[in-house]
Amino acid sequence: MDLATFLVQCLNSVQYGLLLFLLSSGLTLIFGIMGVINLAHGSFYMIGAYMAFALAPYLGQHFITMLVVGVILAVVLGYLLEWAFFSFLYERDHLQQVLMTFGLILVFEELRAILVGNDVHGVQPPEWLSGSFSLAGMMSYPWYRVFAAVACLVVAFAMYWMVNRTRLGMMVRAGASNRDMVRGLGINIKRLYRIVFAMGVALAALAGMIAAPMASVYPNMGSGVLIICFVVVVIGGIGSITGALVASLLVGFVDTFGKVFFQELSGMSIYLLMAVILVWRPEGLMGKRS
Amino acid sequence: MTALASLACLPGAAFAQAADKIKVGFMLPASGTYAALGVAIENGFRMYVGEQGGKLGGREIEYFKVDDESDPAKATDNVNRLIKRDKVDVLVGTVHSGVAMAMARAAKESNTILIVPNAGADAVTGPMCGPTIFRSSFSNWQTAYPMGVVAAKQEGKKNAMTITWKYAAGEEAVNGFKEGFEKNGGKVAKQLTVPFPNVEFQALLTEIAAAKPDAVFAFFAGAGAVKFVKDYHAAGLSKTIPLYGPGFLTDGTLDAQGEAAQGMLTTLHYADELGTERDKAFRTNYAKAYKLMPDVYAVQGYDAAQMLAVGLKAAGGDIGKKDVFRAAVEKATIASPRGDFTLSKAHNPVQDIYLRKVEGKENRKLGVAVKGLADPARGCKL
Repeated sequence: MDLATFLVQCLNSVQYGLLLFLLSSGLTLIFGIMGVINLAHGSFYMIGAYMAFALAPYLGQHFITMLVVGVILAVVLGYLLEWAFFSFLYERDHLQQVLMTFGLILVFEELRAILVGNDVHGVQPPEWLSGSFSLAGMMSYPWYRVFAAVACLVVAFAMYWMVNRTRLGMMVRAGASNRDMVRGLGINIKRLYRIVFAMGVALAALAGMIAAPMASVYPNMGSGVLIICFVVVVIGGIGSITGALVASLLVGFVDTFGKVFFQELSGMSIYLLMAVILVWRPEGLMGKRS
Repeated sequence: MTALASLACLPGAAFAQAADKIKVGFMLPASGTYAALGVAIENGFRMYVGEQGGKLGGREIEYFKVDDESDPAKATDNVNRLIKRDKVDVLVGTVHSGVAMAMARAAKESNTILIVPNAGADAVTGPMCGPTIFRSSFSNWQTAYPMGVVAAKQEGKKNAMTITWKYAAGEEAVNGFKEGFEKNGGKVAKQLTVPFPNVEFQALLTEIAAAKPDAVFAFFAGAGAVKFVKDYHAAGLSKTIPLYGPGFLTDGTLDAQGEAAQGMLTTLHYADELGTERDKAFRTNYAKAYKLMPDVYAVQGYDAAQMLAVGLKAAGGDIGKKDVFRAAVEKATIASPRGDFTLSKAHNPVQDIYLRKVEGKENRKLGVAVKGLADPARGCKL
């Protein structure tokens, strides 16, 4: 592999890793911080992709507006779901959470089948992002993938700032380590959780919307990414946003280079990575020792 | 007294009537990703039976149905329900190759007639072939080999790469291409695989761009096909390195692939416009009956019914005469909408494979890639 190819592969890794981060940071909020094993997280990704498909005829050329509208819809959806289902789950054990969220997957899939059917759909990137440019003189790289990487990076910074620099973030972090203490301080933990959950849904949906022009929109698209999301959250350390970012990039690199150099192992390269890291640091890269 | 007599007669009459009917067991996907394919196959089958007035070989047809869910883990139970509980005379199924293999095993063990209306696993008419197992569709090898011939001979390509999911159907297809390509002077430099059903192809596209082959042959279907063709186009590769595939790369996915698929060459035993009288009639009737345009799956279902009709007719409607049934189907020429075909010794269609080009939302026929192509049926001892 020459240097140019290597550099392009690095770019692929970063772009894939950042998209993974967008997805798994939502899961980090819901699973890592709020303690709900949310198997339906992949469904939120799928819902996001289908939102992009539904909104594209109207807002396809105003892509940023479309993303904003989608995120607002996702926040509303998340807020309602938390109120209707998830608010009952915090005090329950993990088995009940798994059952409930697995049930939600089935409901979402069935609704999708009824509303839009089982076909595969494509979403076109907007005109201003549909071209590509020549990279290292060997490959034209789609502008849309660059946009996706930048968008994810922006959200990553916003997340980092929110969690580490704002009052909301402080409460979230405090809630992660000690729920009762936060409640004891007189913070409305119910409302806090509702907001955090809605944000988690919005992040997954945003990832789905950004992925739609790259990945197409198809049934069961959420189930594959769900497993990778859990891998990222576990590698990064449960509850750590920074950990999720590092782990996403790591998984992006291992998966990309694994595919190219170790074809035979490519299906399991990220699981091998997880195994190695968990042997070395059982609590994940940035996890807190308990 | 009359009432009593009629009462006494009833069960007997009902039994006689049931015995008069031929029981056809559909084991097809009715849910999940392949549901639409299952529906098309069943529509095609019922349409032919309908055209014959609901009777084949003078006997009425009674249908039994099981949703196979495209799940190999449930395949044995599902097929046994049809064979042992419903006691069907003929099995028709299915789409998923893994499920079809389980059906073939069960059909062989119970000596039941099986007609496979899609699943292309080479093994069904290869090592697993049997006297009562027939296929009305294709083998994976069969749809890919001709693309290799065309790429090398007609398109003059010397150096190609292949890419597919790492699973049986994909490997059978790319190996078929490789065989056709290398027999005609080409060389497949590298064979890339992606774990099934992974759809993140960017890393491998970079490899393709770096290696600069003359052509790429890809086998993907459904969502993976859409994603791959779009990614290939977005990476700018479609301008410099032509992408080839078996027809599954573009069948049923053209709407979603849009611009990215335009001009692509694929090979398959059917195309959207064959222009023959037989095909025109079939397409019109199908569209009238189901308010849908037929596809290759509907054709394969239709021909499965034709094969059953030929065998039943020869056996005088007695499905028990398996030797007569088999001999008749082996000798028959099936007047398929895809063009006439006969069956190979291993019971796979010997058929023309068309070269098609994507134009707009159609897979238009350019010509015949290989005429009367028979699957080599490696490992079959019939």
